[in-house]
Amino acid sequence: MEGSAALEGADSSNRTLESAVVRFAGDSGDGMQLTGSQFTLATALAGNDLATFADFPAEIRAPAGTTFGVSAFQINFGAREILTSGDALDVLVAMNPAALKVNLADIKDGGLVIVDLGAFNDKTLRKAGCETDPLEDGSLAAFRVLKLDVSRLTLEAVKDLGVSKKESLRCRNMWALGLLYWMFGRKRQATVEWFERKFAARPEIATANIAALNAGHAFGETAELPAEIASLVVPPAAIAPGLYRNVTGSETLAWGLVAGAQFAGLDLAFCSYPITPASQVLHVLAKLKDYGVLTFQAEDEIAAICAAIGASYAGSLGVTSSSGPGIALKTEALGLAVAAELPLVVINSQRAGPSTGMPTKTEQSDLYQAVFGRNADSPLVVLAARSPADCFEVAIEAVRLAVTYMTPVMVLSDGYIANASEPWRIPDVDTMPRFPVRFETEAAGFAPFRRDPDTLARPWAVPGTPGLAHRVGGLERAEDSGAVSYDAANHQRMTDLRAAKIAGIANDLPEQAVELGASSGRLAVVGWGSTYGPINRAVSNLRARGLEVSHVHLRHLSPLPRNLGELLGGFDRVLVPEMNQGQLLTLLRSVYLLPAEGLHKVTGKPFKIAEIEQAILERLETA
Amino acid sequence: MNVASPSPPPAAKDYASDQEVRWCPGCGDYAILKAVQRSLAELRAEPDKTVFVSGIGCAARFPYYLSTYGFHTIHGRAPAIATGIKLANPELDVWVVSGDGDALSIGGNHLLHVLRRNVDLQILLFNNEIYGLTKGQYSPTSRPGTRSPSTPQGSLEAPVSAAAFALGAGARFVARSVDTLQKHLPGVLRRARTHRGASFVEILQNCIVYNDNVFGDITDRAVAEDAQVHVAHGQPLVFGKDRGKGLRLRPGTVELEVVALGAGGPGESELLRHDETSRPLAALLAAMAPPDLPMALGVLYCDPAPSYDGQVGEQMAAAQSNGRDRDLDRLLRGGHTWTVPG
Repeated sequence: MEGSAALEGADSSNRTLESAVVRFAGDSGDGMQLTGSQFTLATALAGNDLATFADFPAEIRAPAGTTFGVSAFQINFGAREILTSGDALDVLVAMNPAALKVNLADIKDGGLVIVDLGAFNDKTLRKAGCETDPLEDGSLAAFRVLKLDVSRLTLEAVKDLGVSKKESLRCRNMWALGLLYWMFGRKRQATVEWFERKFAARPEIATANIAALNAGHAFGETAELPAEIASLVVPPAAIAPGLYRNVTGSETLAWGLVAGAQFAGLDLAFCSYPITPASQVLHVLAKLKDYGVLTFQAEDEIAAICAAIGASYAGSLGVTSSSGPGIALKTEALGLAVAAELPLVVINSQRAGPSTGMPTKTEQSDLYQAVFGRNADSPLVVLAARSPADCFEVAIEAVRLAVTYMTPVMVLSDGYIANASEPWRIPDVDTMPRFPVRFETEAAGFAPFRRDPDTLARPWAVPGTPGLAHRVGGLERAEDSGAVSYDAANHQRMTDLRAAKIAGIANDLPEQAVELGASSGRLAVVGWGSTYGPINRAVSNLRARGLEVSHVHLRHLSPLPRNLGELLGGFDRVLVPEMNQGQLLTLLRSVYLLPAEGLHKVTGKPFKIAEIEQAILERLETA
Repeated sequence: MNVASPSPPPAAKDYASDQEVRWCPGCGDYAILKAVQRSLAELRAEPDKTVFVSGIGCAARFPYYLSTYGFHTIHGRAPAIATGIKLANPELDVWVVSGDGDALSIGGNHLLHVLRRNVDLQILLFNNEIYGLTKGQYSPTSRPGTRSPSTPQGSLEAPVSAAAFALGAGARFVARSVDTLQKHLPGVLRRARTHRGASFVEILQNCIVYNDNVFGDITDRAVAEDAQVHVAHGQPLVFGKDRGKGLRLRPGTVELEVVALGAGGPGESELLRHDETSRPLAALLAAMAPPDLPMALGVLYCDPAPSYDGQVGEQMAAAQSNGRDRDLDRLLRGGHTWTVPG
């Protein structure tokens, strides 16, 4: 029977799910990111906690129908706290054969696969590199499959609305979204309003998309789909009360910089060169001129950091942002900021490498680069954000440390954090501590490199200040006076002072806390950055099973928290999962002479909870 | 009647720092330093509002010897750092000091972009056609055949013309002078300072150690009058001993030629008049060099356009003129939000 559901595969009992993972996958032109973000909004409004992950190709418009052109958006939502975008899929929406092919391996046994039959034909199968039709060859035997001619159903839904066939077919994603809204009991209103706002100038487009959305929803209500599909209920989570919004890491980083600059009493000068996946921070800030935010798109990565250094020299908060390859180009200038002792914030949204690597895929393999990656002894501060929401606080902390200690601060984010979204309880900024900058103004006794005895920071004397004209630069300079000096003993002292200044910041940091579990015991799992979610959930799951395991997660990577060595020394074993080949592992082993062990993953995708659980179990069983 | 007496004009020495100048004895940089200090005095520049930014090289030591704010940065990047300074505080008077290697080799990209953006800076390029600080290798402005430690059989590359590069990059102010022209150079520097936007000044500078007298064909007393034409806006392009020569377009071409003035020859009225707002003429003047044509000195091109920093300031002001404060709550709570009840 045409248009009705063909349901095959394993039975599934009706149940209320604690959480569910849905992935929308299609061509990069199929609007999967939009579909996902709308589903995210509706899900947040339904009261679930959630986390999302956007996985899209590096090519802007890869050839249609190919596997490397598949764009996907994944959301994990639940009645409990959600920490990751989910291991395996409960529902896959595949808009074409390529999207089905590349995502097949991620579906749970018994999971639901929804395909657009209208996009399956000899030509599209060939383009996807399918020798046989996965709908027919048994590839989907482990799953429940809903085959619908979404293309045709969409065309019917919008046929009288005055849009071209091409534009009509572009509404397929909304038809599918409508069906998913029905399936999970989501409200359509926010999406309807979004289209009306977004396409106010082209109301026929808005109308067509809304019609498709409604048609998909109505289809669910009337098509007498098998009961188990209609019974996917994910109740609201117990979420801390407050005002929420969905955020990506790029947004929270940008806003954190704005807030940090305000708390310091400075204007923000954000100087950057476009690079995936870091450009979004520039885009967000470019719209905030009314907050005194100056953005400068430089001619290259080097010019970007140099302009930021110039801005800091002149009394603004200079910030630059890039990803690994761009950070490599900034290295020499970073050394200048270390030598001239100027505040600077450098954001690295890490991606898979080396070289160009996989620009849209996440990795956390620039820790060595951040901590060690400069010529000579040139210490600086390194912080890592663990999640989109965490980026806000980390950015503020970066600004605080940069201006308090007159030093560059590197903030490590990554492609996952930059693009992932999660609900964020909007903080009460009025209660957050301020750290106003005091520029040097006193001419009597002024010496540009005379240090504050507590912080070892030099004074910040900006051009334009009467009586403080002085010269700074990359040449080694005499202690106090700052005059060029090639004196041997002076270079030793200045090198020691630069190191002592950064090391001393540890006294200004909170002691390292334990996220989960006891502060000593059989096994500590130590992470940094975006591995927070999977590590925390894995440790939580195993602790619920009575296993003795703790989670320690680092925000401060240089200097390390002052109690970290002692803390980790209290565990029999230390496991360090990282999306690299063991960079924090090397750092911890070298600093603390700890026999820590690594768990490494560099597939361009985040850890799965199960992968970390398994690694923990292996350690505890063999301990 | 009481008339407030104006404060005494500053002297050139008021712009000298307490640092010992450490260029080689006889280096052209000394003369340029003197000319810059004199220009600053004549401009009554406020040292506290003046910043000199440099990259790396002999020329880049310049900021240490001035009593203004100074930032000695990294190789080739001074234009980018100066851009950041000017954007952060447009009130500052920002100068960039660079050499031919710094500005046209490692920093060529930044020079290109600072000029096309038209950031309100003075950019001084000390061109000695050699790498001095690294001990004498050929530079991007070295003439073909230059023998140097890295080119023992002679360099093979076509040199870049600094002034032509600047014009090609879209500079709105391009001038040229010579280190030893102590009357000419301060005048050019004052014009550069007065111009709003990026002012590019090429200064031919003698490296007495590694490239001595490379500009002898232009600056030697015996040939200077015939080898230099000092251009002035609205004035005919006259030069040579007793002002006996002039420049005009060779009839039927767009090439310059030298003509002898006076008896039997063309009069001044038939010569080209310098129009510093004419980019095509500036391109012709920038390309001139001995032996066939004289070297053009002075302001080759000056056609102001809105500066980048000025326009950035206008955009910022416009965005802030809507009466909105910088309330963080407006930013953080401005999107789509929902409340989870307690």
